[in-house]
Amino acid sequence: MGKKSLISIGDFSKEEILHVLETAREFEQNKEQKFLEGKVIASLFFEPSTRTRLSFETAINRLGAKVIGFSDASNTSQSKGETLKDTIKMVSNYVDMIVMRHPLEGSSRYASEVASVPVVNAGDGANQHPSQTLLDLYSIMQTQGRLDSLTINMVGDLKYGRTTHSLLQAMSHFNPKFIFTSPEELKMPKEYKTFLDSKGIAYEETTSLEDHLNDCDILYMTRVQQERFTDPMEYERVKDVYRLSASMLTDVKENMKILHPLPRITEIDQDVDDTPYAYYFKQAENGLYVRMAIISYLLGYR
Amino acid sequence: MANNTTNKELVVSALENGTVLDHIPADKVYKALDILNLKGVENQITIGINLSSRAQGKKGIIKIADKFFEDEELNKLALIAPKATVNVIRNFEVVEKKTLTMPEEIVGIAKCMNPKCITNHQPIKTRFTTIDNGNEISLLCHYCEKISDTRGIL
Repeated sequence: MGKKSLISIGDFSKEEILHVLETAREFEQNKEQKFLEGKVIASLFFEPSTRTRLSFETAINRLGAKVIGFSDASNTSQSKGETLKDTIKMVSNYVDMIVMRHPLEGSSRYASEVASVPVVNAGDGANQHPSQTLLDLYSIMQTQGRLDSLTINMVGDLKYGRTTHSLLQAMSHFNPKFIFTSPEELKMPKEYKTFLDSKGIAYEETTSLEDHLNDCDILYMTRVQQERFTDPMEYERVKDVYRLSASMLTDVKENMKILHPLPRITEIDQDVDDTPYAYYFKQAENGLYVRMAIISYLLGYR
Repeated sequence: MANNTTNKELVVSALENGTVLDHIPADKVYKALDILNLKGVENQITIGINLSSRAQGKKGIIKIADKFFEDEELNKLALIAPKATVNVIRNFEVVEKKTLTMPEEIVGIAKCMNPKCITNHQPIKTRFTTIDNGNEISLLCHYCEKISDTRGIL
């Protein structure tokens, strides 16, 4: 197979998504499958990220491959002014695959064009983070037993939150219904609603968290990110709008599960953690199996 | 009718061989020269700006002697002058009239409006898919996947 990269969730067809989720399930059942022994994979984090980096590097180790790379660009040649192209060209001579995170949007797509090996985007600024989307899908599949015809309630920052945008794109293959719960300032952008309209997918918008708690299958909570606001007053005004607590969950559907890309701040109270609806820690764990599946697929092993 | 033709010839002199780009918006003439890489060429070029036009009020016109373009090159003009017409002149006669087709992809002539896009930080040729919304064109960046408008052209 030719070189295939994963930069944006749109790079995978519905069939490829389902294939990766199926493979992830195999890895969850059997974590020790070292069929990548002898391979070397670069983990290039031009911007720090604990969760994603550790998850990818664990996935690489569990598959038996070796990791090289860096977790901070400050002690690399980038700080001497080397172009991204030169760094990627140099690294792709050494390794079988590159996993990268970079603060600039479009950097991973560009890297995939100059690299001679597959590139996995582990986040390019506020643009795409496809492994997060696939682990979200995997979590939905594992908790609901299916992806088709589910009601997904997305809550919080729907304007800047890239995870909600990518999840929306990916779920559009599976006849969903969406609820968008957000403050006026952070509503789902028009281009995504136009996209849903064009696919005939239903959605409702609301500003109240209480409105659709009881009729959704998935409650996808997101953090309102302080760094997205230019006006600190506006941030203060919206940051605590949605706080989910255990007492609000008395009449929810039995199969309902709460997902959150983490880290959470105040939007989910600690008392929710002990309810049967909390799934966000398991969701983070799922990232490992999904990343193992992505790497194996792109290297042509699964 | 004959009178009208005479008037036109008075405003912009006739071309023996070459290309006439007509109905360019009056304020886009310089951009059109940029897009077609006409700055610094040896050909004789006549430029008209703010000529009166029944359809557009004011228009621009560019006549390039002894130069014939590929359609692909001309179609780039559709971004700034979708209503422009192209007349191919040989031996003082119009031998072909063309209208422009919006290219699906444009490379290297627009700037991404997203300040965090990699193309604004590294020496990378920009690439956009054009999206025609009926009355305006927007550009989807191949790299950062954000939508820019056509103000970012050159």
